Amino acid sequence: MIKIENLHKSYKMGSNSLHVLKGINFSVEEGELVAIMGSSGSGKSTLLNILGMLDGLDEGSYTLDGVPIKDLNETKAANYRNKFLGFVFQSFNLINYKNAMENVALPLYYQKVGRKERQEKALKYLEQVGLKEWATHLPSELSGGQKQRVAIARAMAAEPKVLLADEPTGALDSTTSYEVMDLIQKINDLGNTILVVTHEPDIANMCKRIVHLKDGVIVEDKKVKQVRASEYV
Amino acid sequence: MFDIERWQEIFDTIRKNKLRTILTGISVASGIFILVILLGFGQGMQNGIAAEFKEDAATSLWVWPRRTTIEYKGLNPDRQIQLRNENFEAITTAMDADYEKASLLFFPRDVQVVYKNDLLVYNIAGTNGDLQIIENEFLSEGRYINETDVRENAKVAVISNKIKREVFSDLETPLGEYITISGAVFKIVGVFGEYGKNEDEEERIFIPITTAQLAFNGSDKINNMNFMLPELESFDAMVENNTAFTGELLRYLKQQHNVAPEDDRAIRIWNPIQEAKRYYALTGGIKMFFWGVGFFTIIAGVVSVSNIMLIVVKERTREIGIRKALGAKPWSIIGMIMHEAIFVTAIAGFTGLIFSMGLLELLGPYVEVDYVLNPSVDFKVAFSTVILLIVAGMIAGFFPAWKAVRVQVIEALRDE
Repeated sequence: MIKIENLHKSYKMGSNSLHVLKGINFSVEEGELVAIMGSSGSGKSTLLNILGMLDGLDEGSYTLDGVPIKDLNETKAANYRNKFLGFVFQSFNLINYKNAMENVALPLYYQKVGRKERQEKALKYLEQVGLKEWATHLPSELSGGQKQRVAIARAMAAEPKVLLADEPTGALDSTTSYEVMDLIQKINDLGNTILVVTHEPDIANMCKRIVHLKDGVIVEDKKVKQVRASEYV
Repeated sequence: MFDIERWQEIFDTIRKNKLRTILTGISVASGIFILVILLGFGQGMQNGIAAEFKEDAATSLWVWPRRTTIEYKGLNPDRQIQLRNENFEAITTAMDADYEKASLLFFPRDVQVVYKNDLLVYNIAGTNGDLQIIENEFLSEGRYINETDVRENAKVAVISNKIKREVFSDLETPLGEYITISGAVFKIVGVFGEYGKNEDEEERIFIPITTAQLAFNGSDKINNMNFMLPELESFDAMVENNTAFTGELLRYLKQQHNVAPEDDRAIRIWNPIQEAKRYYALTGGIKMFFWGVGFFTIIAGVVSVSNIMLIVVKERTREIGIRKALGAKPWSIIGMIMHEAIFVTAIAGFTGLIFSMGLLELLGPYVEVDYVLNPSVDFKVAFSTVILLIVAGMIAGFFPAWKAVRVQVIEALRDE
């Protein structure tokens, strides 16, 4: 599903150049649930941004579902993001003046899905995350865990090839974190490919594979026995 | 533009950001409102001044002689000029002048007017029929002095409404009554009135010019000449025509009466249109001033719209980032922001326009203060200012939107 070869990325900081990713080789099969771990500055967020086409790469190649991702202009990147990727952020990033259903329906708007169908689909995904009754509530009326579930529903609504989650539990307490991880695991059970960036070992252990980044290189890449989050809920 | 989904998205955004929308709307609407009202009053003042000068047939002019002030051709200064019939005839026949009406006045001196043994203290003036139009008088009863009267030295008189009220109030009509002027008997054939409030001029009894000169020692003397020039398309054309006419008139009279060409005081011309011209210049200035104020109001409007757009875009940077992450294309975001901005400024601008134009339409005709009449505004001008404001809002919205779209999604979504 994802294939990365010899990925390099550096940032210009004034006259200095900061080499963040120093040759990453990495691939993800369909249906995997991968945790990307590393301390801050290890390059995990940069990797995620490149995977998410929010940032370009300097060197190497990136193939997503057989499509080489290169020479991206804004419009092309937007198209690929919309078709291939779903995002879940640490701080949820819901649009605060849209209710839960409208937030979930938004990626479908950019897929040019009709209004009625958008709403139906949005409700379906809200139901999947157990928030159908909250469809007309604004984000400000939801708890953190609920917000993240809405964000996950929104990410799923576009039916992406890969779900990218950047510290999805970073702003949540542990109980809520496990609830969210439970949801992510269930989505993964349905066959979706998911990448989770985290620095919490217990969250990482709920994935099927852990990739350790340190100073811009992969230092460890191992399959783990998945801990089911439902055990803690 | 006609993408229904886009419109729904915009209406959603507007509905859910009422305060922002209302503030933008109010600033645009009030800018337009103030501008239109200002322009309206500028026009109103111009209308008012134009009307003020309409009362006294604005194209008329009055000519009367005074004393010379400059020595000329061996003649001493301080010499009284006396106009004569031949002057009038020369002007009306020989001079190639473009005038519409011409009349002359002779005021007999030391005459006594008697009606049924009562002495009346009114002025006698000899004139011809054209005076009625030039002085802007209306007829209440009977007729005015006419050409036949002048030709046949008829002993007829036309009195004013005021005299009728004061002297003939017992009678149903003064027509057919006889008054005696220094022994000569005149039959009253008409009653006239003056437009406007000037009662002074209603003190007069008019008789034919020829009769006046013949009966009261006038020989061929006249005191006053009056002319009315044609109404032309534009005010400027009338001023030009007037200047040409008076120039030629003065040149002729000065030459005939041996007045120095540079002696401006020997022959006087009362010329309302030249006065009006001065006021017109003044209103022109006032109008310019209002335009200046209006222009700066628009600038203020543009600045405030731009300001609001900047804040709106800044406030929405995160939202823009989210939309981008969800697959929005850059142009769709810029389009959305601009679309919303144009929509809001247009609605607000036209609301301001309709309100202010409505106010002018409704109340304008009732405004009757001196020098302000029927304030109104050229719709085209007002319309183009609204368009200008919309375009300004567009440009003002475009650059921050463009900048916001260039921002990396990661930056936009970075936690505060």
